[in-house]
Amino acid sequence: MKRNGIGALAGHIARAIWPLALLLPILAFASGRVPKPVIDIDKPGKCVEDTATMRREHPDMLRHQRDLTVHEGIRTRQHSLKECVSCHASTKTGSVLGEKGFCQSCHDYASVKIDCFSCHASKPKPVAGAKP
Amino acid sequence: MAESPIYRELGGTGRRYWKLLALLAVPLALGAVAYFYIEHYGHIVTGMDNQIVWGMPHVFAVFLVVAATGALNIAIAASVFGKTAYRPVAPLSALVSLALLAGGLAVLMLDLARSDRMIVAITRLNSQSLFALRVILYDGFMASVGIYLWFLLERRMNRYIKPAAILAFLWQLLLITGTGLEFGFNVGREVYDSVLYAPMFIAFSSAYGTAVFVLILFAVCGWEERPVSGELLRRLRNLLGIFVGASLFFAVLFLYSKYELARSREVARFLLFDGGVYTALLWLGQLAIGGIAPLALLLRAQASRAAVTAACVLVILGGLAQMYVTLIGGQAYPQILFPGMIESSSFFDGEIHPYTPSVPEVLLGLGGAGLTAAIVAVALRALALLPERLDPTAGPQA
Amino acid sequence: MNADANRGLGRRGFLAISAATLGGVMLAPGIRLIEIAAARAPEQAVSRRVRWGLLIDTNICTPGCDDCVKACATENGIKDTGRPRTDPQWIRKLELNDRRSGRTHSVPVMCQHCEHPPCVDVCPTGASFKRADGIVLVDKHICIGCRYCMMACPYKARSIVFEDVTDQNPDVPRGKGTAEGCTLCVHRVDRDRQPACVEACAKAGHNAMIFGDLNDPLSEIAQRVAKYASTQIRADLRLNPGVRYQGL
Repeated sequence: MKRNGIGALAGHIARAIWPLALLLPILAFASGRVPKPVIDIDKPGKCVEDTATMRREHPDMLRHQRDLTVHEGIRTRQHSLKECVSCHASTKTGSVLGEKGFCQSCHDYASVKIDCFSCHASKPKPVAGAKP
Repeated sequence: MAESPIYRELGGTGRRYWKLLALLAVPLALGAVAYFYIEHYGHIVTGMDNQIVWGMPHVFAVFLVVAATGALNIAIAASVFGKTAYRPVAPLSALVSLALLAGGLAVLMLDLARSDRMIVAITRLNSQSLFALRVILYDGFMASVGIYLWFLLERRMNRYIKPAAILAFLWQLLLITGTGLEFGFNVGREVYDSVLYAPMFIAFSSAYGTAVFVLILFAVCGWEERPVSGELLRRLRNLLGIFVGASLFFAVLFLYSKYELARSREVARFLLFDGGVYTALLWLGQLAIGGIAPLALLLRAQASRAAVTAACVLVILGGLAQMYVTLIGGQAYPQILFPGMIESSSFFDGEIHPYTPSVPEVLLGLGGAGLTAAIVAVALRALALLPERLDPTAGPQA
Repeated sequence: MNADANRGLGRRGFLAISAATLGGVMLAPGIRLIEIAAARAPEQAVSRRVRWGLLIDTNICTPGCDDCVKACATENGIKDTGRPRTDPQWIRKLELNDRRSGRTHSVPVMCQHCEHPPCVDVCPTGASFKRADGIVLVDKHICIGCRYCMMACPYKARSIVFEDVTDQNPDVPRGKGTAEGCTLCVHRVDRDRQPACVEACAKAGHNAMIFGDLNDPLSEIAQRVAKYASTQIRADLRLNPGVRYQGL
């Protein structure tokens, strides 16, 4: 293919700067700018599993549980997202979202998009309402 | 077997070519902006609602997808049915087919209300669903046409062209039949619910796909300043004429069948007489501009490039009109829950549903068309797909 | 005797078991079996033995009444934004006027929970699915918002959520971009309660709606369906909906 002026110039620039891309991992050490997650457990008691297990496994637990609940109607309380929210919702804001929310602050820090609460309520059911 | 033609990349490039790409970038950019706008704010910013759930993006997308299957006809004629006159342009036919499909699928995927789940759409298939099959049909079509194109160009694989072409042909038939039955098997809507949609869409796809292919072929020849051979022009004119004729036949048969059967006479009256914009688009757009006028141009004794070009443009316009009537008209007419009763509700039962296309929807649809054109332009420059000689001479160079 | 013990079940043991079995068999018809539904524990999966259904007596329904519609909106967190063309509607009152006879009906229409749902047939990802006990649902985790189910449904049962949803009922997750429709209040049904519309209709004293297990011959709904005429909407499509109507 015949190289015209613009193409050749672009090629030169790309060749000159690509080594800089190798330096990108340095940014990982710039994490001091990102606020550490806020873990305020307002309500006393144990979580359903230990902390290390929860941190590692909660996405898979939730995904497995959702299939059981939605497709098979299994509504045990142990791994229910509703129960997570009712325990972990902040007593100040009433929600697991927000800058210091239990779910959101960790997800912001880890830069992992959290999709659950576009559909699921981020606040527990009001006590006044009848809870089945 | 005749020796395969020699292929090369698009010639006559330079500043002109970059200007073309810059031009094609405009609909692409506008389409991208439209997509992000709709994705961010939700479909509330479009003209769609709970009554018209598929709007302008689908009109464009289904047109592109239907044309994609038909655009392969020229290549199939060459490699399956032995019409060696088309052999030089078979790779171009395959390319146009793939590009049309890519443009159409792009619009379909980007119009999803949860387009962030595109990967789910491609990977998670409902085993119970006849229509989840469509994803396999799309993928298989792209793969089989891709393989066929490769065999066309790779001299060592030339002897496997025919089996590859037969596979692509079967897949093409499956895909277009499935597209038609998407509407045909929809028993809930009066405008659909007819198995005739399958052959009708086969005819439509042949007409629209051939029209797009011929326009692109003429454009390429114009760009390279080389004439289209008289023989090829004559054959393409005849082929397009047959396809347009078939489309008219099935459209008339479909409308007649709807009118004739008492259970569907009301919806036939809606389409033919009472439908306002849909009636106008049906008669003027689909039948007159998309059918009668092109036939008049094509049936003339002398095949002229101008007449064929005009006919192709009219067929495409008629095709867009037909898609609007099918898609939007089919949704504007309400679902009938209680035949024979007048229905009304807070959910707009029993009334014709209004629809106004919004700018983002149209831009998204045009972006898909732009993507098709861009793929063709870039591929022709990057790959050797165009024949050295267009005329089918007798002898080894055919 | 020693020989008896070595041979396991002796004569006395055999007679005891036979007597117990015979007695049980004779007594069983008199014992009302516990409803299969109520016997399902939360950790037990739903089964095909149950088929949930609704029976609606439209003779009782009047054009002015929309108790079921309001109850559904309240229960499921569906808010009126003043844009009815894009607001979801899970249940609506369909006002009918028979062209030939002039007779009018007022009919609550919601997802009919078909046995052969077209929405399930067309869903590319399988998000629209039929649960084992007959309730047709949208798994919003995998719904891609293609709206194909809305094209295919003959009853106009589904809506798509056009705008962000906030303050959801924790029992009813709903969000922008996914399709939704009447769930037969599955979150209530799984806890042995009635759908909100049925409960509201009963509470207001109309008692036009009955909910129950169509497969259980002892349930009220099954007995009424066996005794009195009832129809399904668009029965000609042979989808066999779980929602039946009287008075049409």
